[in-house]
Amino acid sequence: MSATVAERRIAVAAHRKNSLHRQRQWALYGSYAALAVFVFMFLVPPFYTLMTSLKSSAEISAQTGSPWLVKHPTLENFWYLITYPNFQRYYMNSVIVTILTVSVSMVISVLAAFSLSRMGFWGSQLLSTGVFLTYLVPPSLLFIPLFQIIGSLGLINNFWCLVLLYPTLAVPFCTWIMIGYFSSIPKELDEAALIDGAGYLQMLWKIFIPVAMPGIIAATIFAFTVSWGAFLYPLAYLYTSNQMVLTVGIISDLIRGDVFQWGKIMAACLLASLPPIVIYAFLMDYYVAGLTAGATKG
Amino acid sequence: MVDGTSVPIGVTAPRSKAGRKTTMQKFAQRRSTTGFLLCLPLILLIACFVIYPAFYAIYLSMLNKKMTAFVGLGNFEFLLKRHTFQLVIFQSCLFAITSVVLKALLGFTLAHLMHNIPGKNQKIWRGLLLVPWVIPLALSTLTWWWMFDPSYSAFNWVLNQFGFANVPWLGVGWIARFCTIAVNVWFGTPFFMIMYLAALKSVPEQLYEAAAIDGAHGIQKLIFVTLPMMRNIIAITVLFSLITTFADFDIVRILTAGGPQDMTHVFATYAFQVGIQSGDIPLGAADSLFMFPILAFAAFFVLRGVTQRTKEIAA
Repeated sequence: MSATVAERRIAVAAHRKNSLHRQRQWALYGSYAALAVFVFMFLVPPFYTLMTSLKSSAEISAQTGSPWLVKHPTLENFWYLITYPNFQRYYMNSVIVTILTVSVSMVISVLAAFSLSRMGFWGSQLLSTGVFLTYLVPPSLLFIPLFQIIGSLGLINNFWCLVLLYPTLAVPFCTWIMIGYFSSIPKELDEAALIDGAGYLQMLWKIFIPVAMPGIIAATIFAFTVSWGAFLYPLAYLYTSNQMVLTVGIISDLIRGDVFQWGKIMAACLLASLPPIVIYAFLMDYYVAGLTAGATKG
Repeated sequence: MVDGTSVPIGVTAPRSKAGRKTTMQKFAQRRSTTGFLLCLPLILLIACFVIYPAFYAIYLSMLNKKMTAFVGLGNFEFLLKRHTFQLVIFQSCLFAITSVVLKALLGFTLAHLMHNIPGKNQKIWRGLLLVPWVIPLALSTLTWWWMFDPSYSAFNWVLNQFGFANVPWLGVGWIARFCTIAVNVWFGTPFFMIMYLAALKSVPEQLYEAAAIDGAHGIQKLIFVTLPMMRNIIAITVLFSLITTFADFDIVRILTAGGPQDMTHVFATYAFQVGIQSGDIPLGAADSLFMFPILAFAAFFVLRGVTQRTKEIAA
């Protein structure tokens, strides 16, 4: 049976092989060419960042020749930033805020997702819907009342206010992703654990977290992205350089009045984009999987 | 939480008070108490920093500038009559709708191109195409600003090489509007691409085979097979993107700070300027609140459509 099908297929294939094959081949080349054009367009700004960061201030202000290429590459901008106390401070603040935000968000969202996916309680359905809707609330909607609230807590110009506020941006989506992953774990597993005498927290720790590790990684990356790149809250709530994080620090420190130290600004952008780029380079698959799974379940 | 560490099934000695209840009921009750306790941090977070601020914003928006007197809807009325604010409404809608449409179209094209090439090569191309989306937006916008720089614009240099005159990228209203949209499209297209690519991969191959047997050609397959199968994910992606684009702050703030002549201001940047920089908190709060009905409207219709379709599929 399968032999005849295969024979027929070969015969048909041989008949149409040339034209079809060639057509496919051209479609493939066309796709590659079009993709290459897009990649080129997408990578122009990062390329320009890199080029500018390698130029000395003199070369930038000379304004001669192609701005796209660097004639005398130098690392002086990077060296300046690495030894510049303010920049070190911003980096440290960003790292502290991000680590705390990610930990807090993950604890809150894993606990909540575990409960929402497994233990029904009064209003749990409503809460799941509410979590999803909260994700749709953009930061720019509430930053003004939050300014007042943060002020009354005495946390204006204190980067701890970010640790308090960033979880509101990260937790809803992390919870949403985790609910999806936890729901896909077969119920037999927790029944088995209960019969063996495990408590809920043991069950979460020994079964759910290890099994849903890809989801946890995706959620962690999301929380990291939010807290590393956020711009509005730190811009609105922080104003002295000892409290600033990278995104606002670069803009307010390296731009003084009308003097733009573009070489240093671009070098700072590169250094600040490094952690996300490294993380995405290694863990992109998890993140994309988590993101698309979260959206399709919506 | 303490209860959660030891959950017995039918082995605990019955308590005297709850003696009438069956073990199963008690188990269910305990389970729901634990469930509630595990959700408590989430509930507190949302209540304190999302729901309370939302109501507080409504209250704030009805005060006068010094926050001493109640003025009702005065701030909203004042804003609507102001020419700058009318520009804000127009630019916000233009910015959001144009960007989202462009992002959706480009993302769809890219997803198709990616779907055409063999799987093992997809990873590297995807990695390259996702770069704009990986760099924090505030930082990449700085680069764009530098490329649009009036005195030493990298784009103008290229134009000059081809014999064109300099373009005042961020100096003229409509060109600046175009620039903000371009940056947004550059940043957001990769997100659409990965979403659509995932959706494309989930369309069963048999549907295409069946369509081919019925004599459908490429475009018919796209319209009658691919698009209907992807409708939900397209709707969700467009909704996410519409909300983030509509509420965008970073691009406009860094690139133009609302200028020239307030022509590029969107709700968020205008609220920042009025509320934080000029210190008129109530007016800023009122300005932000204008976003809410628009976002809620979009969310309601998209999500209703999605749930309806999900039910149809399930039925």
